[in-house]
Amino acid sequence: MPLVPDTPLHGMAAAIQSGDVSVQEVVEAALHRIETLDAGLNAFTLVMDDSARLAASHADTEIAAGRYRGPLHGIPISIKDLIDVAGVPTTAASQVTDRSPAGVDAPVVARLRDAGAILIGKCNLHEFAFGTTGEDSAFGPTRHPLDADRSPGGSSSGSAVSVAAGMVTASVGTDTGGSIRIPAAACGLVGLKPTFGELPTDGIVPLGPSLDHVGPLTRCVADARLMFTAMGGASLSAGSGQTTPLTRRLGCPRPYFLDKLDDGVRAGFEQALERLRDAAWTVSTSPIRHASDTATVCLHLLLPEAASVHASSLDRQGEAYTQGVRLRLEMGRYVLAEDYARAQRGRAVLTQTVDDALGDHDALVLPSLAIPAPRLGTDTVDIDGRPVSVRNVTLRLTQLFNATGHPAVSIPCGLTTGGLPVGLQLVGRRSRTAQLLDVAQACEQSLRFSSATC
Amino acid sequence: MTGDDWLDAAKTDARRRQLPALDPMLEALARATRALRAAEWNLDAASRPATDTDETDDAPGT
Repeated sequence: MPLVPDTPLHGMAAAIQSGDVSVQEVVEAALHRIETLDAGLNAFTLVMDDSARLAASHADTEIAAGRYRGPLHGIPISIKDLIDVAGVPTTAASQVTDRSPAGVDAPVVARLRDAGAILIGKCNLHEFAFGTTGEDSAFGPTRHPLDADRSPGGSSSGSAVSVAAGMVTASVGTDTGGSIRIPAAACGLVGLKPTFGELPTDGIVPLGPSLDHVGPLTRCVADARLMFTAMGGASLSAGSGQTTPLTRRLGCPRPYFLDKLDDGVRAGFEQALERLRDAAWTVSTSPIRHASDTATVCLHLLLPEAASVHASSLDRQGEAYTQGVRLRLEMGRYVLAEDYARAQRGRAVLTQTVDDALGDHDALVLPSLAIPAPRLGTDTVDIDGRPVSVRNVTLRLTQLFNATGHPAVSIPCGLTTGGLPVGLQLVGRRSRTAQLLDVAQACEQSLRFSSATC
Repeated sequence: MTGDDWLDAAKTDARRRQLPALDPMLEALARATRALRAAEWNLDAASRPATDTDETDDAPGT
């Protein structure tokens, strides 16, 4: 019964609906996989084995009685431990949080439960989602499934690893500067950051409230669509997978986004563009004006917002934070209000320039992550012979779209010569996330590269 | 408040609060703030000196 490790969500759903496999078998396979692998990967902060088994039994009873809820019914998923799940603590991977259980599910969790998903456990992360490697965690670092000496990317590190290692079929992460797309790219998964505000972030520990998003990590675009639709509370019946006419025109925002790339990532991305052109996509240059202001604008937005969220805790128990997260939060307390206002103006300018760059293209196309999965314990990597900050370079290609709110998805597009995944990012129009998924699914088919047969 | 005045005040306060490790991070933030204020879309950017955008590369990223 090889269901959990390599079967995409929609394939597993078909097996469950047809009765080829029971939900209890699926859940036992997931729990066995976790028991076998997670001591080395550290993807989970909590495995909810008892409640998962109980939910699986109920699901089998419902399905046997003809009450099949749809493609998420009986599917094992994980939840980033920044998101409330009723009855268990939300730790944010920090010693700062208390350990009292959440009273109710976050809305996105409640909707997934309503759709029949089985919650297997909660996932490790970079403390309070304020980092891109998953290293700073009260539970210790999460490790990459292909190389235990490397980070899987973060902050949704455990979410990505739980899917990439086949311990669950899909996961829910959050993304304030790239925290879904970065680990998705590093682990060879699909990671979707929807349009800002499209999915509710209630019941999720905030980091930068004007930048925070929640979204799925999956093995393929079709599965991301199923998760996104369920998290949005829409029906999973006919129509949720419907495609819309595409022009097959993509805009590549050179320069800036392709200026500072690891050689292996650059090669993987350029080869992916060639495969797209071979499949009758037109890829033209479409610069984003002022893109070089991205880092400084995002910095002056996030730091004060995060500091405002954490001000009370910093005063009461600052030493309980990991050192790196504490210092970044403290730094936000020194950003002047006038500079936050300047950054807001920059955000408005950048939002317009992304709209302009989209023009009549189906989407913008760029790499998701400028480097392959970084080694744990390293602060810098070499690009073009120069050391660059791991933190800065991992955020470089993703954070703009948190500030502007455009939907963005990372899909796997190849491997470096060292065998590490390379991600391709597609950016769509605001409030057109479903349309972006259409583009991503078509590109996925053209690239013919996926971690799963979808 | 000028960038230099801000940086001096911030570093003094951080040391008073027993957070000397903030010093280099505040210096990096100051460089990023100079770049923000010099961005051409800023209403007052014309009065600011031009800033090399690479200066933001060692800012304590988001």
